[in-house]
Amino acid sequence: MNVMKDRMTLLIFAAVVLAAPLLFAPTGAAYPDLLQRFAIYGIFAIGFNILFGLTGYLSFGHAAFLGVGSYAAMWMFKLLSMNIIPALILSVIVAGLFSLVIGYISLRRSGIYFSILTLAFAEMSYKLAYSVLTPITNGETGLQLDLADSRIMDAPIAEGTLPSTNLFGFEMKEVFWNPTILGYDLQFNYGFYVCAALLILSFYISMRIFRSPFGLMLRAVKTNQTRLNYTGIASRPYTLAAFVISGMFAGLAGGLLATMDPSVGAERMQWTVGGEVVLMVVLGGSGTLIGPVLGAVFIRYFNSVLSQINEQTLHGWFAFGPDWLTNAMVFIVEPFVGKGWELTLGALFMIVVIFLPGGLVDGAKRIGRKLSGADRRAAKVGIA
Amino acid sequence: MGILEVQNVNKRFGGLQALNNVNLNVEQGSVHALIGPNGAGKSTFLNCLIGKLKPDTGSVKFDGSPVLGKKPHEINQLGVSRVFQTPEIFTDLTVFENVMIPCFAHRDGAFKVNAFARVMRDKEIRAQAEHILEDMGMKEKMNAHSGSLSRGDKRRLEMAMCLVQEPKLLLLDEPTAGMARADTNNTIDLLKHIGETRKITKVIIEHDMHVVFSLATTISVLAQGAIIAEGLPDDIKGHPKVREAYLGEAEV
Amino acid sequence: MDAILLQLLNGLDKGSAYALIALGLTLIFGTLGVVNFAHGALFMIGAFVAVTFSKLMEISKVVLDPEKVDFLGNPAKIKTPYVIEWFGEFGEWMIDYTIPIAVLLSIPIMIIIGVVMERGLIRLFYNRPHADQILVTFGLAIVLQEIIKISFGSESIPVNVPAAFVGPVDVGAFFGLDFSIFYPYWRLIYIGFSVIVLAAVFSFLRFTTFGMVVRAGMADRETVGLLGINIDKRFTIMFGVAAAVAGLAGAMYAGVNKPVFHMGMDFLVLSFVVVVVGGMGSLPGAVLAGFMLGILEAFASMPLIKDAIAAVGLPSIDQIIIYLVAVIVLLVRPRGLMGKAGVMED
Repeated sequence: MNVMKDRMTLLIFAAVVLAAPLLFAPTGAAYPDLLQRFAIYGIFAIGFNILFGLTGYLSFGHAAFLGVGSYAAMWMFKLLSMNIIPALILSVIVAGLFSLVIGYISLRRSGIYFSILTLAFAEMSYKLAYSVLTPITNGETGLQLDLADSRIMDAPIAEGTLPSTNLFGFEMKEVFWNPTILGYDLQFNYGFYVCAALLILSFYISMRIFRSPFGLMLRAVKTNQTRLNYTGIASRPYTLAAFVISGMFAGLAGGLLATMDPSVGAERMQWTVGGEVVLMVVLGGSGTLIGPVLGAVFIRYFNSVLSQINEQTLHGWFAFGPDWLTNAMVFIVEPFVGKGWELTLGALFMIVVIFLPGGLVDGAKRIGRKLSGADRRAAKVGIA
Repeated sequence: MGILEVQNVNKRFGGLQALNNVNLNVEQGSVHALIGPNGAGKSTFLNCLIGKLKPDTGSVKFDGSPVLGKKPHEINQLGVSRVFQTPEIFTDLTVFENVMIPCFAHRDGAFKVNAFARVMRDKEIRAQAEHILEDMGMKEKMNAHSGSLSRGDKRRLEMAMCLVQEPKLLLLDEPTAGMARADTNNTIDLLKHIGETRKITKVIIEHDMHVVFSLATTISVLAQGAIIAEGLPDDIKGHPKVREAYLGEAEV
Repeated sequence: MDAILLQLLNGLDKGSAYALIALGLTLIFGTLGVVNFAHGALFMIGAFVAVTFSKLMEISKVVLDPEKVDFLGNPAKIKTPYVIEWFGEFGEWMIDYTIPIAVLLSIPIMIIIGVVMERGLIRLFYNRPHADQILVTFGLAIVLQEIIKISFGSESIPVNVPAAFVGPVDVGAFFGLDFSIFYPYWRLIYIGFSVIVLAAVFSFLRFTTFGMVVRAGMADRETVGLLGINIDKRFTIMFGVAAAVAGLAGAMYAGVNKPVFHMGMDFLVLSFVVVVVGGMGSLPGAVLAGFMLGILEAFASMPLIKDAIAAVGLPSIDQIIIYLVAVIVLLVRPRGLMGKAGVMED
């Protein structure tokens, strides 16, 4: 809990994030696009954890804020400039305002009602984006860059080409260093480092919130709202503040998704996308600092790796034994990989919820305690 | 002019007149016990005081200002703390954190976004919390997980959380309900200890006559939703109406 | 007039599916206090019972036709479903009545699935926070959906309705009106079927001792437990019944829309809205809200009303009307239309 330990955690976290293009090379995940998604969904999950991990309010509506953030950023790209700064600022602000409205209404109820209300709002936002608000969202087609866009702040570019997103001239997509280290062909691009810097900043903010009186109140909301009210604390403004903060993080993540690929469709607002961030946070460890990021990386990584495994890959893996064994193994494993990887995810999620409510972080701690033989009773799971 | 003035409070649930024109005047510095047989309306009355229920008619004034219609946290901010029948504490947090929350509420009010302050670096709050834990004899348990405390310690912790706010009025809702005789005596001692060090007005809702007569300076008797007697403990002991109300229930 | 009646039928049609799913959700919620995110998946499984049964009926014996050849010059194949080969005319009848038979089959299948779910999984979560219950049933919903996706693919699969009920039918003539309203026959059957199932569930709860105990348990679980009645066992059975209602609704629905693996999730959100609008824990509320929102949705998509809304300059709201109404109802009456105080308000 002390400040030195927090600084060490932050330093290690920052070092790992900044070195990700190198560290992930052996796992086959070190291409800029995926690394960027790790960071973006990490931000999304960190924000969600401030609401769910601390207050225990389970929202299924955060996809709406992700989508709103993307739409806001896209409009900045279309109207103002391809520079990502105004786009990101607007996505955070718009998502913040939007979450203020939805949070204000949803937080009139708690528990199950709250979850269902957020679910309904997410679905309503999706339908709005899909049909009703077509002038803003471009409906089914989705919002893309267009040659006719004004972009009043940008210098004109060559006729017939679409500009790309940039940070004061540094193009997000541009790979600025392409070395070969230890036999791995590495790619360092600007886009990832923008996302990485924001991820580290998000992690820092979340750490400060966890250690603050504000964070203490949020944890108190989760434990005993009755006592909190009779202690002179108005719990609703606290939960609303947490809701808006998490909505702003989601908006930032949405904006960053748009900087990566400047187009957005309504499907980004579907409630199942909000369900995915629930999976990330719970799988990693809700209420812990690092858990949400781990969960986000875990799910994104397996989403891209497991979903690409096919029958040939499996035959390669199990080629060590006799044919019948290989075939049997392939037959058993196949439903869980490739297109079936979501089944693996769902099953894993259930196992975690049933047996390991503290998520992967809790699991790692338990293993650590078993190995070090520490007194199990003494080490009650707290805030990591 | 009492610190708590209740006038003509009525509350009806369907066909049941739960509170019938209740008047109560609690003097500053007194320990005012409210007793009565089961179903007399004690809990309803308490819930009306702290904002959980809204009476149909009547007025409740605390320290000169009306409290009816106010929310629990607003009433607390006026200086009313409450101890529950079963201790209500933050079971997921440590003892120290439990006590710091009321300290923050007392200093910073009902809502403050201090998301970048550090709890553990707030010397003022730490000192207050440590002091009250020391006073209540719980200092060595301050880093314990409060959910794992014994029931007696939970009660002690809840008292500490109420007292650290320096309330003007402390409401105790059957603080010894379901306790064994030894625990009850401990609680009485604790309340006496609090009374010696702090001049806090207390209203005790209680069933156990032993507790009432050990602590109270004034007693009001509630039966079938109405106050039937009020006075010093010795007067109440021999009061015929009280005997009638309690007939067959407990020795008075 | 005919346009309004048509929309009314459309609304009843949509509403009956909502009402059946919401009824099951409410039964589970009222008896066990659990919000079952996997309930949509149970509906979907019901529909896939019908799909599976129709696939089984289609398994055919293949013989080469000695006389005919196909366009490549190979001998043509004659497919004869085994059921026809074995049972003759009765087999043909079975193929034709795939859905009704599947509906009957789905009852025991769904009761077993429901009981296994409750005993094996939900039971572990009675004493855990509501958020955990939502999470684990959400996980289960994903697993069930993905199993179906892997087994049946991600395309929607048509299931034939009995030949006698194919195509539109003139409702106007049926009711002796002087104008015609054509409506798909099977959808009309679906409305009638829903009403029968709803009536059956309500009379079961109303007129049997079992139902009485369950209703008492819904009102006050502890007291009923004190009477020495094994309420847990009855609640397990109730979970099975709720699963069966969802399954019946799904199997029957296979003839209305082609079953597809994500249909459960699609219905889930709407049925939650229905439950909340109706008032959590209130069975009549769930049914009322189901039909009400279905009819509302149908009328909002009526061209006449759409034009009227456009005329006053508002965007078309037929896609979001249900959610809009749900939000308004919850703001005005936080407990829903027929909700009781103190239900799930912690």
